[in-house]
Amino acid sequence: MIKAILIFNNHGKPRLSKFYEHYNEDIEQQIIRETFHLVSKRDENVCNFLEGGLLIGGSDNKLIYRHYATLYFVFCVDSAESELGILDLIQVFVETLDKCFENVCELDLIFHVDKVHHILAEMVMGGMVLETNMNEIITQVDAQVKMERSEAGIAGAPARAVSAVKNMNLPEMPKNINIGDISIKVNLLLQRL
Amino acid sequence: MALKIVKGSIDRMFDKNLQDLVRGIRNHKEDEAKYISTCIDEIKQELKQDNIAVKANAVCKLTYLQMLGYDISWAAFNIVEVMSSSKFTYKRIGYLAASQCFHEGTDVIMLTTNQIRKDLSSPNQYDTGVALTGLSCFVTPDLARDLANDIMTLMSHTKPYIRKKAVLIMYKVFLKYPESLRPAFPRLKEKLEDPDPGVQSAAVNVICELARRNPKNYLSLAPLFFKLMTSSTNNWVLIKIIKLFGALTPLEPRLGKKLIEPLTNLIHSRLVITLHRASVEKNVCLIGLVLPIVCVCVCVSNAVLISLSSGMPNHSASIQLCVQKLRILIEDSDQNLKYLGLLAMSKILKTHPKSVQSHKDLILQCLDDKDESIRLRALDLLYGMVSKKNLMEIVKKLMLHVDKAEGTTYRDELLTKIIDICSQSNYQYITNFEWYISILVELTRLEGTRHGHLIASQMLDVAIRVKAIRGFAVAQMAMLLDSGHLLTGNMQRNGICEVLYAAAWICGEFSEHLDDPMQTLEAMLRPKVASLPGHIQAVYVQNAAKLFATVLQKHEGATDSQAAQDTSQLLIERLPLFVQSANLEVQERASCILQLVKYIQKLQQKDVEVAEEVSALFAGELNPVAPKAQKKVPVPEGLDLDAWINEPPSESESEDEKPKAVFAKEEPKQSRARHIEVDEKELARRREARKQEQANNPFYIKSSPSSQKVYQDAPGVEHIPVVQIDLSVPLKVPGMPMSEQYLKLEEERRQKERADKKKKDKKKKKREKRGKGKRDDSGPESEEDITPAHQVDIVTEEMPENALPSDDDDKDPNDPHKALDIDLDKYVPSAENTLHKVTVCMLHAEKQGDLSITRHFLV
Repeated sequence: MIKAILIFNNHGKPRLSKFYEHYNEDIEQQIIRETFHLVSKRDENVCNFLEGGLLIGGSDNKLIYRHYATLYFVFCVDSAESELGILDLIQVFVETLDKCFENVCELDLIFHVDKVHHILAEMVMGGMVLETNMNEIITQVDAQVKMERSEAGIAGAPARAVSAVKNMNLPEMPKNINIGDISIKVNLLLQRL
Repeated sequence: MALKIVKGSIDRMFDKNLQDLVRGIRNHKEDEAKYISTCIDEIKQELKQDNIAVKANAVCKLTYLQMLGYDISWAAFNIVEVMSSSKFTYKRIGYLAASQCFHEGTDVIMLTTNQIRKDLSSPNQYDTGVALTGLSCFVTPDLARDLANDIMTLMSHTKPYIRKKAVLIMYKVFLKYPESLRPAFPRLKEKLEDPDPGVQSAAVNVICELARRNPKNYLSLAPLFFKLMTSSTNNWVLIKIIKLFGALTPLEPRLGKKLIEPLTNLIHSRLVITLHRASVEKNVCLIGLVLPIVCVCVCVSNAVLISLSSGMPNHSASIQLCVQKLRILIEDSDQNLKYLGLLAMSKILKTHPKSVQSHKDLILQCLDDKDESIRLRALDLLYGMVSKKNLMEIVKKLMLHVDKAEGTTYRDELLTKIIDICSQSNYQYITNFEWYISILVELTRLEGTRHGHLIASQMLDVAIRVKAIRGFAVAQMAMLLDSGHLLTGNMQRNGICEVLYAAAWICGEFSEHLDDPMQTLEAMLRPKVASLPGHIQAVYVQNAAKLFATVLQKHEGATDSQAAQDTSQLLIERLPLFVQSANLEVQERASCILQLVKYIQKLQQKDVEVAEEVSALFAGELNPVAPKAQKKVPVPEGLDLDAWINEPPSESESEDEKPKAVFAKEEPKQSRARHIEVDEKELARRREARKQEQANNPFYIKSSPSSQKVYQDAPGVEHIPVVQIDLSVPLKVPGMPMSEQYLKLEEERRQKERADKKKKDKKKKKREKRGKGKRDDSGPESEEDITPAHQVDIVTEEMPENALPSDDDDKDPNDPHKALDIDLDKYVPSAENTLHKVTVCMLHAEKQGDLSITRHFLV
C-alpha cells in the first residue's frame, strides 16, 4: 500500500500532498517537514530509498523518492510495494504530467494543483496502484477535461478569456495593480461592446 | 435565461479563483498568514451564496489551503453540497476536497450515502469513477456496509474503467466491513481472469493485499496464480504474484517445489539481460524489469527451505545461485541495485545464514558506503551474521564507524545496532564480558546521543545477570561516577547522563566489590550532582546510603571508629543539599536517609556498633525478572477475578449510613509508627518476618535461593565455582578501558588454546592409525572451539512458577486485518442451504424407513 504521496520543492514548500490515511493538518505538515528534512540532505548520486521516517507508519514503511530539477516526488509505501516498481511509477507520473501540461515545470504544479490531483487519481486510488499504462491514463484524463469543457460551454468562454488575461505575465506589470482594477476596465469594455 | 447564465458567469469570473489565490499568496510573502486569513473570510462569504459555481470555486480554494496546513473541516457541509452538484466539474471538486479532509470522525459523512449511491449508478462513467476515487479515501464502516452491494454490482460493469476501480476499492470495503469479503470473493476471483489487463491487475493487487496478512486462506488460488505468472507480460502483475508466492510457499511444500524451476529460470534470464541494459541506458523503465528478481530470491529461499525440510537437499544450488546474483547486484555501481541486493540478502539470511556469511567482506565494505540507506541495510545484515568468532572484530569495525560518523541519527543507529548485536539471544555471542563492559563505557563518550538509557539498561542487565563480571563492572562504574562531570557537560539536552543512573546503582548495589568505597561515596555526593535530572539524583541518594553501609562495615571491621564517624559527618553535611531538591522523590529519600544517618551518628558517639544493622537495610539480592513475568502468573484454581468480593450494596440502603470497613474491622491506628523512630532491631526483625512470609508465598518472586529450584535444567548460580579470573587480563585498567586491548588478548588466548589443542590432537593422532585422512588444521575453527574467556553464568530472567508458555501475546488485537482472516473455502451453510440439507436428510431417512429421524427433523 502507498501511505502518502508528497511533492515539494527544493525549499520544502509543499506542491501536492495526498495522504491515504487520515492525519490532522498539523501532523501532515510535520510529516512534510520531516520528509523534506530527510530527503533534502541526501546527495544526488545515492539510492532512492530511505528508511527511518518516524511519523508515518513505522518500521514497515520506507520513502521512495526522485528528484527532478526543483521538485522532489516522494512516495511513502509499506513493504507490500516493490521499490523499483514505485520508482517506475514516479517516472510514469512525471511523464504523464509532462504530457498533460506540455513541458511541465514547477509553476504548472503551483497553479494547477487540482489538475495534478485529478491525474494522480487515475494512477493511484486509495493507496493502491490503479493504472501504470501512461496512454491509458492520458486517455482518461483527456476525456474528463473534454467533459469539463463541454459543461462550461458558452458560459465558460468569458471566464476562460479573463483567466487568460490574468495569466498574462503578471510579474512584469507593476505590482500594485490589483485584480479589482482590471475587472473595472473589463467591465467598461464590455459595456461599450 | 441564457443571458442570465452569461451574466452570472460574468459576475463570477471576477471572483478570486484558485490561480488568483496562489498568486496572491506568492505576492504576500511577508504577511502570508494574514493574507490567507482574509482569503478564508472571503471564502466563507462565497460559501454562503446560493450559486453552486461560486461554492465550488470556494471549495477548490479550500482544498489548496488544506495542503498548506489549514483546517477546513468547518466547511465539510459545503463540500457535501458541492459533491451533490449535477455537473461533473463541480462534483469532482467536491469529491477531491472530501477525499483530502473527510475521515471517520467527520459527522456529515453519513449524509453522503445516498448521493454516493446515486453517483455510483450514474450513466456517466466519470461520475461513477470520481465517486469511487473519493470513496476510496474516506470510506467508513457505515458507508462500506451500505454501499458494499452497489460496488459489488459495479465489479461486473460493462466498462473496464469502472470495473477496475470497483475491484480495487473492494479492498478498502473489506477492511472496513469484513463481512463483505465472503460474498464478494467469488466475483473477485473471477476478475483474476478478466479480459482487460487493468482489471486483472487490480484484482491481483487486491488479493495480494489480502493474502499478505492471511496467506493460508488463499492457498487454493495458487494454481490460478501460477498460470498468471507464466502467462502475464505485465511487470506489475508479475511482481505482485511473486510476492504473493513468497507468502504462500511456507505453507505448502509442493508449491515450493513447483516454483523453483520457473523462478530459477527467471533469475537466470532476466537478471543478466536487465543488468546489462540497465547499465547501458540507465533508464528507469528498464531497471523496472529487474523488479521481480529481489522478490524471486525471497521466494526461492522459502521454496528451498521447504524442499530441504521435505528431504530434497539438492536445491541448495539455487540458493547459491541467488546469493551469487545478489552479489552482482551489490557490487553494481547503481546505488538502487546495491540497496535492493542488500535488502534481498537480509531476507535470505533469515533462512540460510551460512550462505550469506561467506560474503561478510562485501557487507563490511558496504559500511563504508557514502549512502546512509545502504549503510543501514548493511548494519541490518551484520546483525544476523555475527558469531562468537567474529563478534569482537565486527564490533571493532563498528566502533571505528561510530567515531567517524557525522550526524547523530546514523551514529545513534550504529549505537543501537552495536548493542543489539552484542545482546542478541541472551548475549549468546559474547565470550568476554569485560570487553563488552568496556565497549559500553566507551560508548558513553559519545556526545549528544539519545540512547543513554539503552546503554544504562545494558550495563545494569550485564552487571546483574553476569555475576563473574561484577567486580570489573563496579570498578568501571566507579570510574564513570568519578568522571561524571565529563558526561554532564551540557547535560540538559544530553541523554548520556542516564548512564550515571546505572553507574550509581551498580556501585551501590554491589559495593562489596569496590576498592575504595569512600572515594565513590564522595563522588556521589558532590554538589554538582544536584544539577542532574531528578530520577538520577534519587538513585544517587539511595545508593549513597548503600555505600555508607559498606564503608561503615569496613571501618568497624578495622575498628576505626573515627573514620566511621567522619563518614557519617560527610553525609550529614552533604545530604541537606538534596533535601532541598525540587524533585519530590529526591527530597523524600534524602530526608529519610539524613534522619537515619543522624540517628546512626548518635549511636556511634555512644560507641555502639551499627554497621551490621545498617547493612541489614540493604541485605538480600535482587534478581532480574522477565518483562512478561507479571502477565504470566497463572490464575490459581478456584479464583474468579470477576466475582464480587462482597455483594454489591443494594440500592435500598440508606445513603447516610456510615461507610463500613469492607475488608476488616478497623484497627486503632498505630500512632507509634509515626512518631517513634523504629529502632534497627525492630527493622531487622520485620525484615526477617517479611522474608519468611515471602518465602512461604508462592506468588512472590523470590530471591536467589529459589532460582535453583525454578531452573533445574540451567545450572544454578550457586553451584558454579567462582571462576578464577584469567590472569592474562589485568584486573585494574588504568584510566578508561580500551576495548581494543581485549581484541589482542582474545586473539592470543585463542591462539594459545588452538596450540594446546593441536598438541593434544597430535598426541591423539600418534596413537591413532595413520590411515585416517589428515585433519585440516588451517581450516576455520568451528564455533565450539571458542571457549569463553571467563566461565560466565548468565542468570536467566525469572518467571513465575507454573507460568503458562503462551507466546501469542505479541499479536496486536487491534489489527484490522485480523477480521479479514476468513476461511474462504469453507462451506458455510446459508439459510437456504441448511433447509436444503435438512430436506435431503429427510428424504434419505425416509428411504431407509427410519421414521423417527424424519419426525425428529420435522420437530
